[in-house]
Order: sequence, then structure tokens, then C-alpha cells
Amino acid sequence: MTHGLVQFAYIIATALFVFALHWMNTPATARRGVYAGVVGMTIAVVATWAEPEVIHHWWIVGALIAGIIVGVPLSLVPLTAVPQRTALSHAFGGLAAGLVGTAKYYLWLGEGPENLTAFRMVAIIVEIILGFLTFTGSLMAAGKLQEVKFIPQRPVTYPLQNVTNLALFGVAAVAGVALVMNPTAPWAAFAFPLIILLALMFGVLLIIPIGGADMPTVIAILNAYAGLSAVAMGFVLDNKLLITAGALDGSSGLILAIIMCKAMNRSFTNVLFGAFGQVQQVKAGGEEKVYKAESIEGAAQVLEQANLVVVIPGYGMAVAQAQHKVRELYDQLKKRGIAVKFAIHPVAGRMPGHMNVLLAEADIPYTDLVEMDEINPDMPQVDVALVVGANDVVNPAARTEKTSPIYGMPIIDADKARTVFAIKRSKNPGFAGIDNELYFSDKTWMLFGDAKNVIGELVKQLSGGSGLH
Amino acid sequence: MIPVQGGAVPPPADLWSQLFVFVLASFIGLGVIRRVSRLLHTPLMSITNAISAIAIVGSIIVTGADYPEPIRILGAIALFASMTNIVSGFLITDRMLKMFKTGSKPGEGGGSGGGHS
Repeated sequence: MTHGLVQFAYIIATALFVFALHWMNTPATARRGVYAGVVGMTIAVVATWAEPEVIHHWWIVGALIAGIIVGVPLSLVPLTAVPQRTALSHAFGGLAAGLVGTAKYYLWLGEGPENLTAFRMVAIIVEIILGFLTFTGSLMAAGKLQEVKFIPQRPVTYPLQNVTNLALFGVAAVAGVALVMNPTAPWAAFAFPLIILLALMFGVLLIIPIGGADMPTVIAILNAYAGLSAVAMGFVLDNKLLITAGALDGSSGLILAIIMCKAMNRSFTNVLFGAFGQVQQVKAGGEEKVYKAESIEGAAQVLEQANLVVVIPGYGMAVAQAQHKVRELYDQLKKRGIAVKFAIHPVAGRMPGHMNVLLAEADIPYTDLVEMDEINPDMPQVDVALVVGANDVVNPAARTEKTSPIYGMPIIDADKARTVFAIKRSKNPGFAGIDNELYFSDKTWMLFGDAKNVIGELVKQLSGGSGLH
Repeated sequence: MIPVQGGAVPPPADLWSQLFVFVLASFIGLGVIRRVSRLLHTPLMSITNAISAIAIVGSIIVTGADYPEPIRILGAIALFASMTNIVSGFLITDRMLKMFKTGSKPGEGGGSGGGHS
């Protein structure tokens, strides 16, 4: 295929990718986006494969088949595991970029040093640093999310951690600059692997101090890195399709990371270098506060009397696999003509938008999933707020208590509802280790127990006829 | 940061037009992504993931061209990694999107209806 035709195919593919993302702006057209993406990808792959310089076909076929064999099972994971799948795919993306950068460098070093211009070298260095850093960083993130045994869940911190990390990065940067100046020096073939090694280490060190509550942000940041490493690959290969697609991916990661940071009232640097979850100590309780517990029967009665019920789900709901029971409760209430909405906090779940997917899987219409900013003005009109496995995102301390680590974080105003029911497995504090005043409020009633059981019992009460006592 | 060194003149990699493309594509990306429904941020991440696996075109060249074998091995691993992302990324995106339904017509599949929403 001639150069012009290939470029033409790439332009078509680029346009299809932009449309693919454009169609994601509403669930009604989103699946069209997937088809556009698949068609664009196919066109690009076929056009590239048809290039005259591609002469060894069997290796390509083998790698493609291997990719399908691994990729299909990865697409069938349970939706609670989507965050780790996503992290894993960032790792693959980073690895691909890093390897292609490495391959190109050694190729040119051996066969065409004149190709190693300063600009290309900068692009290659950026590509391999970002690529390999994303690779190990994302593997660590995936491991944490999957709760792999030998990867510590809790943030790992040690003295001079940030200094150590910066020093490592500094060494890599110096080696990189040296390589850009002398890409073909005798020591270059050794400096290059050194940079790779440092990037691999840096990825690990960057993630170990980060706690579970920050995972949504970290995944988004790694997403941006994976995209940028693809951009760098595009610069190295002089391939504008790669630059475009990488830029789309990178900006998506960036926007999601910004949304996540805003939703937690934190900055990038604070997420990456702040070691949340470790710095603050759980306050040794001064006065003993008392929870008010409510029985299932009582809760069911109050729910029956309500006109508007808002369910506030958190990751605890997914952990307890309670979403299908929640759907049954939703049906029961709807049957009685009670309006039911779901209030979704941007960081509920383990990745951006995770909670929506989990609820959609339970067949809850997406029209009843409402964003935090939209539901908050209506909260005073809400008869019952039902908190299922959420904690920090409904903690009023974020509004009032300046010393709280979550101070300033936007929350769902559950405390403004007329009645609050909070389902909680135990009396321990939540992920960030912070006490939640909401649970001690006058209008809050606790339902202790596993979320799935509690909601199952509620459903039984409601379906077993009305007015039971 | 301007690349071309004196001496041996390499084929000019089209630096400026590459940067143009990058900047413009980033703006398009920011504009398009900002309007993506918040409901769909998880599928968004998996589809952008699949799309950025377009890195596969680079891997195809490195794997298939007449390069030394060690280099082609690196290419083949990269090709495998990209293909994995493409396959799993698009499949799981579609799987998730299928689940998003409006309440009006229970039992009907996701995106098929929806002329207006």
C-alpha cells in the first residue's frame, strides 16, 4: 500500500476515534462509539500491516492471537474487578510504549545513528520513562486493587520517601539528558538500560505510599501517563495517528484525574506525595458517642411512608455484593409509588464512574442515577436517605471540621434529609479512618449488619405485606 | 529544544507539524471528553484505553519489518500487549454499555432505542 493510502487510512481512523469519544456523551449513543472505535482500529491495523516494509507475517499473527487469548478473558471479569483490569491495561499500554521505544533506539543505534536526532532522543527518553513507569506503577495499582497478598494494602511510607523518589527521578533525568547529547557514545548502550531500570523502580515507589481511597485518582493519572507515552511513541515513529490517539487518551486521563481531585478537594501533588490514610491518626475518642440502632421492621415502616427516597451507595455496597438486593428494594418502593433516586459521589467506588456501572449491572435505570451536584439542592426534600456502604462521602465533617483530613471535600448532604438510615457492617470507622458525625445525628438510625442481608431483610418486610410491626 | 544538529543532516522528522497535531488533538480531546456523561466514566476509561492501544501500528512495523531478531522480539511483546488492550478494552466497554438502560422499557437492550434521551 502506498504511503498516501496509509496516511488516508490513518485520517479515517482518527476521525472515527474522535466520533467514538463524542458518542460517549450519552448512554443512548455510547455503543455506537464502540463500533466506531473498532472500525477505526481495524482500518489502521490493516493499513499498517499492508505496508511494504512489513515482511514477517507469522510473528504478527502469533502475537495477535496471543493478545486475543489473553484479552477475551480480561474482558469478562466481574464489574467489581474493572478497576484492576483497567490498571492492568494501563500497564500493558505502558509496556508496549516502553518496548517499542527501546527497540527503536537499539535499532537506530546499530543501523542508523543519524536517525537519533536530539528531538527523537528526547521523545524516546520520555517514551521509555513514561512507558516503564506506567508499567510497574499500574501493576502495583492493579495488585493493590486485587488485594494481592505480597503487595501492601496500606500506604507504605518511610523517612525521606519523597526525597528518595525525586533523587531517583533526578538520576534518570540526568542520564536522559546525557543520552540526548550523546546518543551514540560508547556508554550509551548501558545508560539506556539504567534509565529503564530507574523508571521501573520509580513506578513502584510512586504507588506504594498511596492508599486505597486515592485509587480512583491514581488510575486516572496512570491513564494520562499511558496516553502520553503513546504520544511520545508517535513522535518517535513520526506517526500522527499515534499522536492523536495518545492525546485523546491523555486528555481523558487528565480530565478524570482533575474531576477526582476536585471531588476529594486535593491536588495532584497531594495525592501523589501526600500518603493519605497514613498521616492522620484516628482521634482517640474523647466522649463516647452512641449510635442509635433501628430494627428492620421500623426502617421498613418509615420507608413505606416516604415520598422520596435517596440511596447513597459506596464501595461497601459492591464489596457486600448488595447491588441486586438494592435493585429489589428499588422495585418494592417503586411499586408503592415512592420515588427512588441514587446519589452518586464522583469518588464512590474504586475508579471514576465505577458506581454507575455497578448499579447499571443491577438493572437500575441510569435515569435514576443522579450526580452529587444535582441531588444536593434537593436533599432537604428527601424523606429518607439510605446510606449503603458509603462513609466518607456523607461525612459532614468535610463541611464543618477544619482539622479533619477530609475537610473541604464536597459531600452528598445526607444529613439534610429528614431521616437517615445508614447500613454499616461494624462500628469501626471508614476507609480514611475518620469518625462520621452523621451516624450520631438525631435523625440518623443505624442498621447494623452486612449490607446484602440488611437490604434483603428490608425487601422481605416490604414484600411481606404492609403495616407489619 | 529545536532538534536539527549541524553536520550530518538526518531526514527532517516533521517536528513542528507533529507538535501541531499533538496540541490540536489535545484540545479536541479536552473538548470531547469534557462532555462525556459522568455516568459513563468507567466505560470511557476502557474505550480510551483500547483506542490508545493504537500503539499496535508501531509494534506491527517493529515486529514485521526486516530488523534484527532481538528487536523484533521486543516488537512482538509490545504487539501482544497492545492487542490484549484492544480486545479486552472494546469488549468490556461494550459489555458495560449494554447494561445502561432507561427505566421506560424494561427488558429492552441499551443503546438501540434512544432517539432522544
